[in-house]
Amino acid sequence: MFAARFALRRVLPAVRQARWYADPPATASQMSFTFASPTEVFFKDASVKQVDVPTLTGAFGILPSHVPTLQVLRPGVVTVFSEDGSSTKYFVSSGSVTVNADSSVQLLAEEAVTLDNLDLATAKANLEKAQADLGTVSDEAARAEVLISIEANEAIVKALE
Amino acid sequence: MFARSSVAVFLPQCGQVRNMATLKDITIRLKSIKNIQKITKSMKMVAAAKYARAEKSLKPARVYGTGALALYEKADIKAPEDKNKHLIIGVSSDRGLCGAIHSNVAKAMKSELSKLTGSGKEVMLVNVGDKLRGLLHRTHSKHFLINCKEVGRKPPTFTDASLIATELLNSGYEFDQGTIVYNRFRSVISYKTDEKPLFSMDTVANSENIGIYDDIDADVLRNYQEFALVNIIYYSLKESTTSEQSARMTAMDSASKNASEMIDKLTLTFNRTRQAVITKELIEIISGAAAL
Repeated sequence: MFAARFALRRVLPAVRQARWYADPPATASQMSFTFASPTEVFFKDASVKQVDVPTLTGAFGILPSHVPTLQVLRPGVVTVFSEDGSSTKYFVSSGSVTVNADSSVQLLAEEAVTLDNLDLATAKANLEKAQADLGTVSDEAARAEVLISIEANEAIVKALE
Repeated sequence: MFARSSVAVFLPQCGQVRNMATLKDITIRLKSIKNIQKITKSMKMVAAAKYARAEKSLKPARVYGTGALALYEKADIKAPEDKNKHLIIGVSSDRGLCGAIHSNVAKAMKSELSKLTGSGKEVMLVNVGDKLRGLLHRTHSKHFLINCKEVGRKPPTFTDASLIATELLNSGYEFDQGTIVYNRFRSVISYKTDEKPLFSMDTVANSENIGIYDDIDADVLRNYQEFALVNIIYYSLKESTTSEQSARMTAMDSASKNASEMIDKLTLTFNRTRQAVITKELIEIISGAAAL
């Protein structure tokens, strides 16, 4: 009888070592989203459905379980789709976005405002002035500043139209 | 006459004999301490107002700063031990009368510096705040890379942090690893001197976990690192100013309390002296009248 039990115990561990596929990651459905500028916090560890960001390499949308990446933002519109389906748009000037392996996303913008704080007429006027300045400046640093101003104003005008 | 001159010679040998302070001396002292108490009280109220403002703007800055540091913590980036060029950034301010704020940061910087030079590494210092420069000037002036003045007068902005970071990047010192020393705000009555690590682009690029992150090229990484540097400096500036204002509030409060204690003691001494003077005059008058 003891021998039988002993033999059974010997057999069982072998059975337990059957293989199976790895489990899907536990955090697949949740994204911990933090969106802040130096002076204001818009989202802190919030759970949202999707975020669209404009980066130097192009615009892309981030969903939960997005592949981890680091990106730098360009002037443009960030759209946040929350869990209930509504979306909010923000204009960001520049910054960085980090998607980590545990589905947490940190979107840090140097300046971020909601679209209703921007005025289309002023943006158009600034854009024309910057384009006019482009012809006149020759210094490298000033030229870079004018180009940045053009890019930012173009993005504002595009966002508001 | 001989007796008097011998007393005059005798006095120094028997040590100090304190003269009875006259009413005039006590009055002068009392007036000056009352003025000082008024000044410290008003400084305390100014510091309290500045502290309230700084604490309000610290809340979003904290979220921003922890977000900026999140990558380094989650990807578990560690600097390799054998790198030689180090950088220590000390964040403080220009103004004193705030307790042990500046000396705590300077002490932490000094101990870190001696630990690193002891193991043969090259270290440079960045001082944000004139007080730090004054504290470290005697002994470590050859390690100074950048000194920043006019810190602490107005609340720090993101522009200030980006100015410091630009200077640092333009200085040409390619550091492999860095530390930023600042005072982290805990509560109105307590702060703690804390250190946060700074990593160079090479350390991040060669770290083992960076492969998890998709689609990164050198340009993006450099921009990301520069932005992260500004963010960390901004965060430490905000924490530092809040700690400094709360420490100044506490220091001025205890100074006012000490001054009022001294005023009470001096007022008692003044009254006693006044009564003694009056009694002496009376006695003189009475004994003079008796002599007649």
